[in-house]
Formats: sequence, C-alpha cells, structure tokens
Amino acid sequence: MTQVWDWSYAFAILPSLLEGLGLTVLATVLGSIVAMILGLLLAVLRQGPPVLAVAVRGFVEFVRSTPLLVQIFFLYFVLPQFGIVLSALTVGVIALGVHYACYASEVYRAGIEAVPRGQWEAATALSLPRSRVWTGVVLPQAIPRVVPALGNYVISMFKEVPLLTAIGLLDVVGRAQEAGNTYFRYVEPYTIAGLLFLLLSYPASLLVRRLERRVGTI
Amino acid sequence: MIVFDGVEKRFGDNVVLSDLDFTVAPGEHVTLIGPSGSGKTTILRLLMCLESVNAGTIRVAGRYLSHMEKGGTLVPADEKHSREVRKRIGMVFQQFNLFPNMTVRGNLIEAPTRVLGLPKDEANARAEELLDLVGLRERIDEHPSRLSGGQQQRVAIARALAMRPDVLLLDEVTSALDPELVAGVLALLRDIGETTDITILCVTHEMGFARDFSHRVMMFDGGQVIEDAPPERLFSEPEHPRTKEFLKAVLSRG
Repeated sequence: MTQVWDWSYAFAILPSLLEGLGLTVLATVLGSIVAMILGLLLAVLRQGPPVLAVAVRGFVEFVRSTPLLVQIFFLYFVLPQFGIVLSALTVGVIALGVHYACYASEVYRAGIEAVPRGQWEAATALSLPRSRVWTGVVLPQAIPRVVPALGNYVISMFKEVPLLTAIGLLDVVGRAQEAGNTYFRYVEPYTIAGLLFLLLSYPASLLVRRLERRVGTI
Repeated sequence: MIVFDGVEKRFGDNVVLSDLDFTVAPGEHVTLIGPSGSGKTTILRLLMCLESVNAGTIRVAGRYLSHMEKGGTLVPADEKHSREVRKRIGMVFQQFNLFPNMTVRGNLIEAPTRVLGLPKDEANARAEELLDLVGLRERIDEHPSRLSGGQQQRVAIARALAMRPDVLLLDEVTSALDPELVAGVLALLRDIGETTDITILCVTHEMGFARDFSHRVMMFDGGQVIEDAPPERLFSEPEHPRTKEFLKAVLSRG
C-alpha cells in the first residue's frame, strides 16, 4: 500500500499550485474592482428616477436569483454564438464582478440610507449640485461604514473563483485537478489547495473583523 | 421679499397649509409661532424647496420659487430654476446638519466654491471672517464632532451666511441645544439681526427672543395665520383666543 501523504510529490506540484493561486488572486482582485465600482453605480442609480430604480432593482434581483455557475456558462458558451468570444479569465472577472456587484449594491444602499436625511437637506439648502451631494457629502459618509461588509464579499468571491475551473481556468484548484489527473494522486493537491485558501482567507477575515470593530456596524 | 399667494400644502389627506397668503418685506425679521403641526416648519421647508406646494405660488425677491414662467404660463419649477432662486436663501436647522466628513473650514467653503464659484482663497477669507463673527476662529480645522452643540450651531449659522443670502431661515435652531448653550446662539442671532439687512424668518419656541428680535410675529393654527402683529402687541394683548391659549401654555412652561 502506498503512503497517504507523499512529501516529495507535494513539493513537486507546489510551484504549479502557487502559480494557480496567483491567478485566483488576480481574478479576485479584478473581480472585486468591477464589483465595488459597478455595485456603487447600481446603488446610486437605485436612488434615481423611479423607472431607473425599478430597472436596476430588477437586474439586481435577477442576478442574485440565478446561480453564479449558470452566469459563467452563459458568458463562456452562449456569447460566442453571438460572436463574442472571451477568455476564461475575462469571463471570470465579468461574472464574479457583476454577480458580486449586485450584492455589494445592497451593502452600499444600506450605507447610503444610514446617512441622516438632514445631510441631504443641508446640502439642498446650500444648493449643492446633485453630483456634489453624492461625491462630497453622502458617499464619504456612507462608504467607510460599509467597507467591512464589502471586505466579507471579497473573501467570499475569492473562495468562489474555483467555479471557473468549469470553463478551464487554471486557478489553484484547476492546477490541483490537473496534477491529480496526471499522477492519479489527489490527496496532496487538493489538501494543499485547501490550505492555501485558508492561509489567505483567514487573515483576511481577521482584518475585516478588526475593521468592523473600528467603524462599528450599520 | 417673500410673497406667499394662496399656498396650499397637503401630505396625503392631511392639509398642512391652506390658502395661505402673507408677505415679508426686505430686511424684516418675522417669527412664526404656533402649536406643533401648525405648519410653521413647512413654510421654511417650502422656501428651501425641501417640499413643493400643492397650490398657489411663492415668490422670493420678485422671482417665482415654486414655479417658473415658460411660454407665458406658470409651470412647476424644475431643479435648475429652484436652485437658482434658492441660492439667495440660507437655512439653519434644528439638528445643525453640519457635514461630519469635512472640517469646519470645509463646511464653510463647500457651497461658496461649488455653487457661487468663488476662488478658494476668497472662500477661505470669508470663512475666517465668519468664524471670527461666531467666535470659533481657532476651531477652523477641526471636525464638527469635536465641537459642542452650541458651537456646531454657530458654525451652521456661519455656513448659511457664507452664501451671503438675502433671506435666512431659522428652524428651531436652539431646540436641540442644552439650556446653557441657548443664550450664546441667540446672542449671535441678535448680533446678525442688528448688523445685517438680511430678511429673517424664524420658527422658535423662545418667546423672549421672538419678542425682542422680531419686527413681526405670525401666529399659526390649522395651516392659517390667525394673528399677525408686532411682538409688543401680540405678546401683551393677543386678540385671538387661540393665541391667548398658546401663549399661556408656552409662557407658563418656562
């Protein structure tokens, strides 16, 4: 019987897994940027004219009620039929970004609604243009309060990147799969992949918890 | 300076102001008194375009506030028009409503630079001058949260004045203050009243202040002006029974 854990095999596949981890982190970072910016935009539009607000709400509900994997498959397999061919990483960034933007928009919305009405009224009384009320008064008060909640979404996005292995992205789990399929040993690659996730997401969640204590909860 | 003509304001079925007419002359100090829910604050909010009228018109300095002329007829004002007219009006709120994310200086230069297009150094000079007036010059680079309620309200008054308004609206500006801080804010307002020719509309429960600050006191009840007289007369010989009742209740309290 072969040993359960083979150190030399583990070390042999580690560089490949780390390379995959780099891709996972890249997808998370890019996806987060899309999510944070688009989410903010959705949240602000939702406070706009009723027609727009309803449209945005419909979009958010639609995205939140369909599985992320379906969205990924749609972008990767359906769009090419309309002549739009995107790489696996691009699809991943768009799918994760849009999906999490919808969750982030709810977070931003809570932050925006927590800004007292008096702030809007004072800004109106000073005749500040609408755009400046947002950028100068409301968002600077709303965003710091929601940073921890957004941080939690970044962490959960990080852990959802492996869904992209379904369209062939060689992220850390993709690499583990690759190693396993090549050498028919699965314990080491998946264990290491899991540990690598733990190694990054646990400190990140501690950081978020510290931020939470600092800004208080909304 | 201010003309209300047949103004009606409803919130659903609740009629807050009905067929209200009154005029305020330039430089006049008018205090609005009356039981809560009588529509006093609504008047200030209408002037600030925080609410819109259901009927009637409001004019400020000869221009329609609630409406605008378009092709010879009056149509409800759009955002741009009301912002234009509103520039001449400043408001101080019960809860101060300073922007907590900005310093005192930031609060004071925000609107002059963004709305009036004043250069930064000019806005700064104006801010310093106004802080001298309200006695808080040395706090210019602090955040509002570090100031007491009375200090915050004085900054809020300076912020409103930084726009050089023709009309100043004071909405129960001392109601949220600790009793020992009220006098300082009222003294500041008296000072502003004496040294400027700003038209001031004031909602307050400070009857002593109303008596010596205003040129005219309007008593509201049920969305109507039921008595309109100089303070000496209204406070000593009120005519309307509701005014008598109200003054008795308010004055016996303090």
